[in-house]
Amino acid sequence: MTIEFSEAEKARLLAETIAGRLPDERGRFGPFGGRYVPETLMPALERLTEGMHRHLADPAFLERFRHELTTWVGRPTPLTEAPNLGRAWGAQVWLKREDLAHTGAHKINNAIGQALLAKLLGARRVIAETGAGQHGVASAAACARVGLPCTVYMGAVDVERQAPNVDRMRRLGAEVHAVQSGDRTLRSAIDEALRDWVSDPAGTYYLLGSAVGPHPYPYLVRELHCVIGRESREQMLAAAGALPDAVFACVGGGSNAIGLFHPMVRDSDVALIGVEAGGRGGGLGEHSATLSRGRPGVLQGCYTLLLQDDDGQVQGTHSISAGLDYPGVGPEHALLQSIGRVSYISASDEDALDALNECSALEGILPALETAHAFAGARVWARRHPGRRLLIGLSGRGDKDMPTLSRFPMEARHATA
Amino acid sequence: MQPHERITASIRRANASGRPALVAFMTAGHPDPAGFLPALAAIAGEADVVEIGVPFSDPMADGMTIQRASQSAIAQGVSLRWILDRLAEHDGDGKAPLLLMSYLNPLLNFGYEALARRAAEVGVCGFIVPDLPLEESAPLGEALAAAGVGLVQMVTPATPPARARRLCEASRGFVYAVTMTGITGGAGGLPEGVADYLDALSEMSPLPVCAGFGIRSAEQVRMIGGHAAGAVVGSALVEALEDRQTDVAGFLRGLRGESV
Ligand SMILES: Cc1ncc(COP(=O)(O)O)c(C=O)c1O
Repeated sequence: MTIEFSEAEKARLLAETIAGRLPDERGRFGPFGGRYVPETLMPALERLTEGMHRHLADPAFLERFRHELTTWVGRPTPLTEAPNLGRAWGAQVWLKREDLAHTGAHKINNAIGQALLAKLLGARRVIAETGAGQHGVASAAACARVGLPCTVYMGAVDVERQAPNVDRMRRLGAEVHAVQSGDRTLRSAIDEALRDWVSDPAGTYYLLGSAVGPHPYPYLVRELHCVIGRESREQMLAAAGALPDAVFACVGGGSNAIGLFHPMVRDSDVALIGVEAGGRGGGLGEHSATLSRGRPGVLQGCYTLLLQDDDGQVQGTHSISAGLDYPGVGPEHALLQSIGRVSYISASDEDALDALNECSALEGILPALETAHAFAGARVWARRHPGRRLLIGLSGRGDKDMPTLSRFPMEARHATA
Repeated sequence: MQPHERITASIRRANASGRPALVAFMTAGHPDPAGFLPALAAIAGEADVVEIGVPFSDPMADGMTIQRASQSAIAQGVSLRWILDRLAEHDGDGKAPLLLMSYLNPLLNFGYEALARRAAEVGVCGFIVPDLPLEESAPLGEALAAAGVGLVQMVTPATPPARARRLCEASRGFVYAVTMTGITGGAGGLPEGVADYLDALSEMSPLPVCAGFGIRSAEQVRMIGGHAAGAVVGSALVEALEDRQTDVAGFLRGLRGESV
């Protein structure tokens, strides 16, 4: 139930996106985005926007960022062919290996970029929210690297289901707060981080971990993650001799997906497909499929699609993966969907678990539960479109999910596929 | 008189009788929906302006007290529509003018034009929307203005002077001066420099300035009264309402330094 555009309007917004003119001055991707925050944060967001534009245009900053990506993060991450999955699905399957980036997920691209920015903007401390704990770990590591104290807010439910990451954050020097208010998942962690920021908008830098929130975050996070899509494009051309027919990424807030998709929006022959968490059913509270089932509204600084009731109360969500368990989505995805450039589908908890087991058994790679949704979506698509070339954003590795996975005993069937 | 002018007039009337205006905040339907109208009648009979909080699932500018109140109200079925329907039964004659304080999303879902009409109909004179900065406020502000209903702007200690001036000019009803960089409910006292900050704002604002956040005692209300037209008491009143033994009118008189 997104906003409807005429064909002419769709074409115009697509051209604007490709030309790099979105977001506009006010942080809008078409109707989506903007800046809906308490007045206390407005000057801080103005300063951040100004500093961001200055540094992102500065060759010295870009060189420093590139240097950290190469020597500390371990970029470029490889492109791996997955012939066994390919045989099983009747497709050619390629994986973009963000799981091999430092700290085990794409999140580090954004974290180190923003940590460098925070340092240059004179922050005294950094705060971050986390769902799966991957952004928390990445922020803790990046803050240690640049020399800033880091506080991470994490919903109490997630502290439990992603326990290995909590210990990692603490060892990397971060202070971790288990958030007990609200639904005690990612959304409550963002609310709590915003409350912290409101209390010290001048000295604290909020290192937001997905392509959500008030302007300039959706833009900033996208720019820092576009390295994923740019590398993938080159690597596909070099290794496969062609661009993929279809590209898949899981979508929570949408940071790994926008990083992968954005550089390929212009490639009109490449189908871009985001996969949300279908959870355990279609009722409100049973899933986190915001783009498939949401309506426009304002949450946490941004006009975007939301899972909400008729009164505008944001609803509880469910996903087996903490990182997709969020009732909103990045505004650029809301736009890309409404102009028809990206399609969004969902995969259930069960399908994601199954896909995780399949990839582990067939390719020797244990993806994160979040990532497994992209595999589940790709598998369905591959069966409907035989013989195509698929690229999957392997956004992170699954070690952190062992406490959840141990509740679901392995089925033997993929071991011999 | 337009509805938003009733707010300004009520504050000025209090000041004319030699005291700061008392702006009282309550979360609608908390602690119990059945007690909403009686509590409102008691508060509106004592305070100079009443802010009625519309509960929202993600109150990012609020501390523990208002978070708790919002959650409990939502769980008991309180919604914007419910509040407006109850307000139609509120007898506002000779009582304090009412404002709704709401995060944007419930208003967006209601629809701005329908909201402005219905609000004016049931005696709501203004709105305060903590997650709607000036830059994004035109669509709501214009819809409300067409019905004579005001949109109150908030200024904070982090607001640069040129921006503060724009906010004061855009505001209707009064100017809400947030006393501190922080969330509601603080019990740590008012920050140093609050007097100078309020003096400067009162100087630049064509409308009365009322200060809120962290104001809990008669002493603080008196202090604020020396530098602003009024004081907003929120979390302290919500807590008093939660303690059902409290005589709310007496509590408000106490904040004014009158004998309970
Ligand atoms: C490995 C991995 N993939 C995906 C996500 C989802 O976030 P986003 O949609 O911002 O990429 C997370 C979030 O924690 C994650 O850890």
